[in-house]
Amino acid sequence: MIVDAARGAPLGTDAQSPPPELVQLLTPEGERVEHPEYDVNLTPEEIKGLYRDLVIVRRIDTEAVALTRQGELGIWASLLGQEAAQIGSAHALRTGDMAFPSYREHGVAWCRGVDPLDLLGLFRGVNHAGWDPKAHNFHLYTIVIGSHALHATGYAMGIQRDGAENAAIVYFGDGATSQGDVNEAFVWSAAQNAPIVFFCQNNQWAISEPLERQSRIPLYRRAEGFGFPGVRVDGNDIFAVLAVTRKALDNARSGQGPTLIEAFTYRMGAHTTTDDPTRYRLQSELESWKLKDPIERLKAYLVKNEMADREFFDAIDAEAKQVGSDLRRRCLELPDPEPTAIWENVYATEHSLLAEERDQFTSYLASFEDVSR
Amino acid sequence: MATMTYRQALRDTLRDEMLRDENVFVMGEEIGVFEGSYKITEGLLKEFGPKRVRDTPIAEEGFVGAAIGAAMLGLRPVVEIMTINFSLLALDQIVNHAAKIYGMFGGQCSVPMVIRTPGGGGQQLGATHSQNVELFYSFIPGLKVLAPSTPAEASSMLRAAIRDDDPVLFLENLALYNTRGEVPDDLEPAEIGRAAVTRPGTDVTIIAYSRMAHVAAEAADKLATDGISAEIVDLRSLRPLDRETVVESVRRTGCAVVAEDDWLTYGIGAEIAATIQEGAFDHLDAPVRRVAMAEVPLPYSKPLELAALPSAESLVTAVRDTVRATGR
Repeated sequence: MIVDAARGAPLGTDAQSPPPELVQLLTPEGERVEHPEYDVNLTPEEIKGLYRDLVIVRRIDTEAVALTRQGELGIWASLLGQEAAQIGSAHALRTGDMAFPSYREHGVAWCRGVDPLDLLGLFRGVNHAGWDPKAHNFHLYTIVIGSHALHATGYAMGIQRDGAENAAIVYFGDGATSQGDVNEAFVWSAAQNAPIVFFCQNNQWAISEPLERQSRIPLYRRAEGFGFPGVRVDGNDIFAVLAVTRKALDNARSGQGPTLIEAFTYRMGAHTTTDDPTRYRLQSELESWKLKDPIERLKAYLVKNEMADREFFDAIDAEAKQVGSDLRRRCLELPDPEPTAIWENVYATEHSLLAEERDQFTSYLASFEDVSR
Repeated sequence: MATMTYRQALRDTLRDEMLRDENVFVMGEEIGVFEGSYKITEGLLKEFGPKRVRDTPIAEEGFVGAAIGAAMLGLRPVVEIMTINFSLLALDQIVNHAAKIYGMFGGQCSVPMVIRTPGGGGQQLGATHSQNVELFYSFIPGLKVLAPSTPAEASSMLRAAIRDDDPVLFLENLALYNTRGEVPDDLEPAEIGRAAVTRPGTDVTIIAYSRMAHVAAEAADKLATDGISAEIVDLRSLRPLDRETVVESVRRTGCAVVAEDDWLTYGIGAEIAATIQEGAFDHLDAPVRRVAMAEVPLPYSKPLELAALPSAESLVTAVRDTVRATGR
């Protein structure tokens, strides 16, 4: 076996070469292709709706990165390049399904009707997730890697108990597949036959750790060992992602248990705004993925099939720009919380020590007010 | 003698120790190609290669467990956990295995490993990434917990930790990485378990560690302008705890304030206060006070986080109140 000493993984494993098992319905050039198991049947209006979502979430993301650079947000995890994986899978969800995001699922949030201002408020530090998870069936962002896979498993077991025809979907990245919590979620959900879809966006990089640091086999093949199906889908192909996720959710709802979907995609930006990927990856890799851009390929498809004209694309761009500038304005208007807000939401019920500290702190603050008068 | 940052002192010491002993190796997330989230392992992969600078999967329980296995068989792993918050994922390996293997194997096999990890709030990293949970480890027999506050201590104590035959939790602090100080050439390993009087004073003892040692120094400067002479004891080692140095100081000054970078209830200050009342009860002229974080999950919001963290101002207020309470 030849081993790449710098990376410690065997060369020539499937993790490094493009595997033949990738489900694809739309090529990077925008050509529609057939797949024996998966298909989507969408009207031109539905396809244009998908395109709109892709463009708008990219714009939201661009705006958030810019706001972070300008010091208006503390940090931001960009979804650049992963729009199709998120919008495609989110469109497969029904209203009653519950989505558990990590911290990069801004596209899923958009499709679940969460105001992007709530996402920005979170990263600006003015609230702790302003949205109601029950109203949107979209859970809170989970910053700790992979923990929410178990939360989603428990939720799915609750669906099972209620006999409801819903499913849970949990989003995580390639790095999270190394975590114990994710593997335990696989074990549990398989043993319980829980109605859950594990949606792994394999964006090739866990900050600076490449995929081969996590796995010697393609990630979707892990599922077999746990006893449920795994599928690798072209994560930049919105049709394929939609088709594969729909089927997995249908299977979950109809009592066939979990599925692991590995959406093969690429993190075109940094891990977060505090990261500089030029330190550890080659520009040529990014360039090769740019040719597989999820938005460009759907645009090529719309143009080739004469479903949309220049006017349509201009209108979407204008709308996205408007969403972006509105978001920027609303974000800058968000007021900082009052210092006494630190005492809120520590416990659901009154806590005597906390009340005591809060009162002390309030009078401490009041002593400054006296001075200023 | 050279002036350098805390970061540089750690990095140079790691390098020295790797040059000195080929059994020393480093392991952790993002420490190789990326050179560490806080760049403590800068240049090490290039110099020592991937056998001794090992990038790991994103699995803390996994790589801490692997380090324990390596340490049991004679290697000296220095594990970096990106922040102390992530050590919670490895709690079972640290508490149930690293700390207990020596005893449970009848002393046949020790675990000479170091877990380097930064704690510390104030960086706007949110509730799950800003905690100071060194207390968990300070509570566990079988572990040693070191918390240096200066570049020289970072160097001498890391040297000692790596050469020590027991598992050491080596607490760094995000707010200290860029602080500068003099580091003597040919620095000897520190004696583990020794606190230091870093500023002599006569009126009150402030007990602190890590970042709070700097906050204490700032407070002492302010207090000096009021004519209050504060003595500072920097604990440096949370386990073993140097009770003697603390007690001796309080016997001289007659009162004490603990400045701790953790939550008050059951915190490190509670242990120090108990130590003082046991060892210096008859010398106390006022109750021991504690200055700690607000008892809330650390906010991500900048103004709220500042409000929740202990500051030099809150320490000054507590010291003034304490000195006033002595009735001197």
